[in-house]
Amino acid sequence: MKRLRVLVAKPGLDGHDRGAKVVAQALRDAGMEVIYTGLKRTPAEVVREAIQEDVDVIGLSVLSGAHELLCRKVVAELAAAGAGDIRVAVGGTIPGPDVEKLLQAGAWAVFPMGTRLPDIISAFQALAEGVAS
Amino acid sequence: MADDKNPRDVVLHAGIPVKAVYGPEDLERFDPARDLGAPGEFPFTRGIHPEMYRARVWTMRQYVGFGTPRESNARFKYLMARGQDALNVAFDLPTQLGLDSDDPRAEGEVGRVGMAIDSLSDMEEAFDGIATDRVSVSLTINSMAAVIQAMYMVVAEKQGVGWDRIVTTPQNDILKEFIARGTWVYPVEPSLRLVIDLAEFCARRAPRVNPISICGYHIREAGCTTAQEMAYGLSIAAAYTELLRARGLATDDFAPRLSFNFTCWGKLFEEVAKFRAGRRMYARMMKERFGARNPRSMMFRSLIGGGGSAFTAEEPENNIVRGAYLALTAALSGAQTMALPTYDEAYTIPSPEAQLIALRTMQICAEETGVADTVDPLGGSYYVEWLTNEMEKTIRAEMEHVERLGGIVEAVKSGALQAEVARQAYLFEKRLLSGEIPKVAVNRHIAPDAARAQPALELYAFDPHVSEAQVAKLRRLRAERDGAAVTRALGRLHDEARGPGNLLEPILDAVRAYATLGEIAAAMKDVFGEYKEPVGV
Repeated sequence: MKRLRVLVAKPGLDGHDRGAKVVAQALRDAGMEVIYTGLKRTPAEVVREAIQEDVDVIGLSVLSGAHELLCRKVVAELAAAGAGDIRVAVGGTIPGPDVEKLLQAGAWAVFPMGTRLPDIISAFQALAEGVAS
Repeated sequence: MADDKNPRDVVLHAGIPVKAVYGPEDLERFDPARDLGAPGEFPFTRGIHPEMYRARVWTMRQYVGFGTPRESNARFKYLMARGQDALNVAFDLPTQLGLDSDDPRAEGEVGRVGMAIDSLSDMEEAFDGIATDRVSVSLTINSMAAVIQAMYMVVAEKQGVGWDRIVTTPQNDILKEFIARGTWVYPVEPSLRLVIDLAEFCARRAPRVNPISICGYHIREAGCTTAQEMAYGLSIAAAYTELLRARGLATDDFAPRLSFNFTCWGKLFEEVAKFRAGRRMYARMMKERFGARNPRSMMFRSLIGGGGSAFTAEEPENNIVRGAYLALTAALSGAQTMALPTYDEAYTIPSPEAQLIALRTMQICAEETGVADTVDPLGGSYYVEWLTNEMEKTIRAEMEHVERLGGIVEAVKSGALQAEVARQAYLFEKRLLSGEIPKVAVNRHIAPDAARAQPALELYAFDPHVSEAQVAKLRRLRAERDGAAVTRALGRLHDEARGPGNLLEPILDAVRAYATLGEIAAAMKDVFGEYKEPVGV
């Protein structure tokens, strides 16, 4: 199985990073290589770091409600940089009706509030198996 | 599950193991005169007022603010018409970070998690028809606290209300922003300077303003333990006290107006013990270490409540019940002010109905349950007194740990404290997953159809026109104001930021000239630079 490289990112202005840091630690414990951006990164900065670090997945954590806009921008920046193969996961305070919108906007996976940590980890592991095969 | 042969182990969040029974043998060295005192007397273990809620129940202060200043103004009036006696204002993220609504970084965030404030003109609208000499207002603002408080003072000025009559509580606790909440802008030192500039200015010129609300709350929400919440809060209080004393103020000149903001969402008795221990530790610290003589300087006055971490996305209606327990816990903990999260908060900006339920919860607790009938009703309980002593020891050990990291300011600069909070958050999550920390309908008693259940909640429809309205208003303002006066005021602020003086006067001048929040913040950023986060998970 490929060892996934993941960039956990906090785009936008939201300063709540408990979830991002918990997920980062959990993915690392599950054997992935995890880089955390820190707070208040612009979508362009997130994409630049993702390419620099050669990651397989960007995990966006947004708790301010601005998830749709930020996800669209990251996906667009990735495409513009020719890095459309980097997958984008979105987690945070995402109301039910927005999950589909994010998937349509190009998110690979969406983890709204209430998502169990093991479910996040298994989604990433399934991806790793897929990438390997 | 536990049975008679295998009684389950109980260990509190602070790491303290709990026995099945407590008795007099657990209180052998307990001296009520020394350890408790009378309510309203040093060391205030039982509460800071002699009669507590018999004289006056806690202030009820729900956290509100969204959209344009005009919309927030309407919601403030809605709650005040239903018995809420004080305001607790939420600002949107651009405002909290010193960005105008037309800043590219503000896109998608204007008016979203609080109200948007770009200039004095917005503050005038937000408090239109609200008498600044009669209502007490909490302003949840930190790196921009000096600017927003200055705007409020100018609103009062225009209402003909003297600064000696306004009662506000700007949160103004930047250290906890670096540790937990993330709305920092400038590096640590200039950020601290602004906190202290505002506190010093208020001590001298606006004596009823509570210029710093020291927050354990957000650090706990970010993951730390109960004992760490109190330890970090007390360490932060000590840091600000030292800085204010270095400005030539005596402790009694400012300490009566320091207040606290803490959460209470864990186990009921652990929370009560945390506050009882914290009150007496604070009283002793202010008296013995900082030479306070006025008893008011020794009083740990606190907003207690909140605790969104206690609430669940699963079966959100259960959060109404959790909210009632939070209110009970806060009352038994001796809160001066209470605020409750709303049951729908995991999903949305609270609906008016959810906010009303939270307010009603506090009113029912205060007026129907009898919890307000007598002071500190748990005082003298073997368990609670023992636990208060244990919490004190644990809190002290955590404070000593902070000292070993070089003190709270150094521990923040290095990121050591942030790393510890993140570590605790992960530990907590693992204990939640294992079921060691019980959560009904989350890790036990899960309904068979839970996965498919979509809660019936009214989701707040964020209005993208808020941003357009704010931006249009901002353009009008920039066109109509006296541009030369703005430039002069911002120039003065920029120059004074280079020197050592208090920045409130130049900030007030800029506010009066209708300089925008973003312009004022930028003038200081030009001198102070920006904070670089020590990232490490």
